[in-house]
Amino acid sequence: MISSSLIPCGQFKTSYGADTTIFLTPASRNFCLLGILVALAAPLVLSNYLLALLIQIGYFGIAALGLNILVGSTGQISLGHAAFFGFGAFASAWLNNGFGVPVLLAIPLAGVMTTLLGLLFGIPAGRLKGLYLAIATFASQFILEDFFSRANWFTGGSSGAQAAPINLFGYEVDGDKGFFYVVLFFVVVMYVLGANLLRTRDGRAFVAVRDHYLSAEVMGINLTKYRILSFGISSFYAGVGGALYGHYLGYVSAEGFTILLSIQFLGMIIIGGMGSVMGTLMGTAFMVLLPEGTEAAVSTIKHFTGDIPALTNALAYIKEAAIGLAIVLFLIFEPDGLVHRWRLIKSYWKLYPFSY
Amino acid sequence: MAEPALKPASDEILLSVNNIEVVYDDVILVLRGVSLDVPKGRIVTLLGPNGAGKSTTLKAISGLLGTEDGEVTRGNITFMGEEIANRAPEEIVRRGIFQVMEGRRIIEDMTVIENLRLGGFTRKDGGAAIRNDIDMVFDYFPRLKERVGLAGYLSGGEQQMLAIGRAMMARPKMILLDEPSMGLSPLLVKEVFGIIEKLCKDTGVTMLLVEQNARMALKIAEFGYIMESGKIMLDGPKEDLVNNEDVKEFYLGGDKERKSFKNLKSYKRRKRWL
Repeated sequence: MISSSLIPCGQFKTSYGADTTIFLTPASRNFCLLGILVALAAPLVLSNYLLALLIQIGYFGIAALGLNILVGSTGQISLGHAAFFGFGAFASAWLNNGFGVPVLLAIPLAGVMTTLLGLLFGIPAGRLKGLYLAIATFASQFILEDFFSRANWFTGGSSGAQAAPINLFGYEVDGDKGFFYVVLFFVVVMYVLGANLLRTRDGRAFVAVRDHYLSAEVMGINLTKYRILSFGISSFYAGVGGALYGHYLGYVSAEGFTILLSIQFLGMIIIGGMGSVMGTLMGTAFMVLLPEGTEAAVSTIKHFTGDIPALTNALAYIKEAAIGLAIVLFLIFEPDGLVHRWRLIKSYWKLYPFSY
Repeated sequence: MAEPALKPASDEILLSVNNIEVVYDDVILVLRGVSLDVPKGRIVTLLGPNGAGKSTTLKAISGLLGTEDGEVTRGNITFMGEEIANRAPEEIVRRGIFQVMEGRRIIEDMTVIENLRLGGFTRKDGGAAIRNDIDMVFDYFPRLKERVGLAGYLSGGEQQMLAIGRAMMARPKMILLDEPSMGLSPLLVKEVFGIIEKLCKDTGVTMLLVEQNARMALKIAEFGYIMESGKIMLDGPKEDLVNNEDVKEFYLGGDKERKSFKNLKSYKRRKRWL
C-alpha cells in the first residue's frame, strides 16, 4: 500500500547528502519527468490559444527565475527587470539581423550580452542596500527605456525591430506548436541550471549574503562581488527570456518593457514563493493566467446580467487591478507563496487521514 | 597604558594589536589605545563589562568595523608580521583569521552541512579535503551529525557548536570567539568550552576568546586581558588574574561574606579602575 502511494511517508533521510539533492524525493523527480513528458505531448491536444499561454508562461518563467535568484536567493531588489528582458529581445534581434547569427545561437548570446549589461548596472547597485538599491535599479529601468527609444542602430528606435523566426536545420519553426518545443527546451535547461546553482558554492554564498551579510563577510565572502554577480546571473535569465519573447512575437517594440512589467515580474516571484525554483514557475503561471481568468469571470457576469458597457470599458483596468490585488492578498495571507501552499497540501496527503 | 607582560621568549606572537584607537562614524571614540598580543597555539581571553569595547576590538581585527562605519584611526594590527588594520574582511579571512560572531549567526535556511561548506568558502583544496574536515567537525560535535534539516531548527547550544564548526572548516590559523557562552545553559557552556580547549590542543589553532563569563574563560585560557571603557586595565597569566583581589571581587565573585554598599573602600578601588 505504502509503496503504491504517490507521496510515500516514512522517507527519512539519513545523510546530509540526501538532504541537498535537486529532487528531495524520488517521487518529486518522477513527477518532474512526467511533467516534461506531458508538456511534450501538449501541442498534440491543446488549442493554439492555450499553447500561446503556455509559451508565455515559459519565457516569462525563465526571466522570473532570474529575478528570483536576485531577489529571493541573494536578497537584493530590482525594479528594472523588464528593461533587461527587453534588452535581451533587442539584442537577439540585432545579432540575427545585423550579423546573421542563427536565432538559436543568438538567444544565448543575447543572454550573455544582457549579463554584461547587468554586471555594469550591478556595479553601483552592489554597493547599495534596501531602499537605495530599489531606487538605483529603478533608474536603470528608465535609462534603458530611453536607450531603447533612441538607439536606432540597435533597436530600430521608435519603429521597433523585426525578429526573425527560428530556423532549425533549414526548417523554419513556425507557429505555436514548433515554438512551444523551443521554449520548453530552454525552460528545462534554465530551470535545471537554476536549481543546481543554489547547490553550489556560489549559490550558498548568495543565500549567506541574503540571510546574514555580516556572517557572510566573516566567512570570506566578498559582498560586493556576489551582489554584482547575482545581478549578472539574473540578467542572463532575463536576456534569454526576452530573446525568446522577441522571436516569438516576431517584432520587438520599445513600449513593451515598462516599469509595469518589472512590477509584474516581482509579483510573479512573490506569488510563487521567494527563493523557490519551483515556485517561480507556479507564480508565473498564476500571473499569466490571472488576466485570462479575470476576463472569463467578467464575461460570465455579463452572461447573467446582459451587457454592461461600464464593465466592458473597464476590463483593461480590472485586469491590472486584479494583479495588484493578488499581490497584496498573497503578501497578507501567504507570504511564502504558492509553493508553501503546495508543500502544505503535500504534507497533508502524506499522512491522510491522520493529521500528524 | 598597560604594557603586555613578558611571556616565554620561545612563544611566537601570531597577532599583535598595538595601541589602536577605533572611531565609529568619525565621532565616537570607542577604543582608546588597546594593545594585546596573542601567542601562537594558545587561548587568550579578553574580559570586561558591557560596553568596554571587547567586541569592537574583535571587529577591528577581523575587519568588520568597515561595515559598521568604524575605523582604526591610530595604531596598528599585525598578523604574522603583516599589517592588517582596516583591511577588507574577506582578505583577513583568507589570511587565516576567522571570527565566530556574537549570537552565532548561522544561516538558518541552510542545512548543517551547507553551513559547514560555507565555512570552507575560501578554501581551494578541493572536495575530498572539505568532506574530510566535515567528518572532523562531526567528530568534535557528534550531536550535529544526527541533526538532519535546517540549521534554524537547532537548539541554541547546537547552533553555537555549528558556528564553531563552521569556523574550523576554514582551517584558520586563528579563531576569534565572541561570547560563545551567550544564552547557553551552564552545562552546555561547560561542554562547549571543553571542546574549545580540546580543539586548541589538538589542532594548534590560536584562539582569542571574548567573554562575560570570566570564570569559565579563565579556566581554559592561558593568558587574559581585562578591558574597561576602551582600555586594557590589567593583564597577566591566568594564575595571576585568578588570584588578583580586584578581579576576584569584580569578575569572579563568590566571596563568602556579603558585600555591603556601605563599604566604600570597594567603591573607591573600583573608581581607580575606571
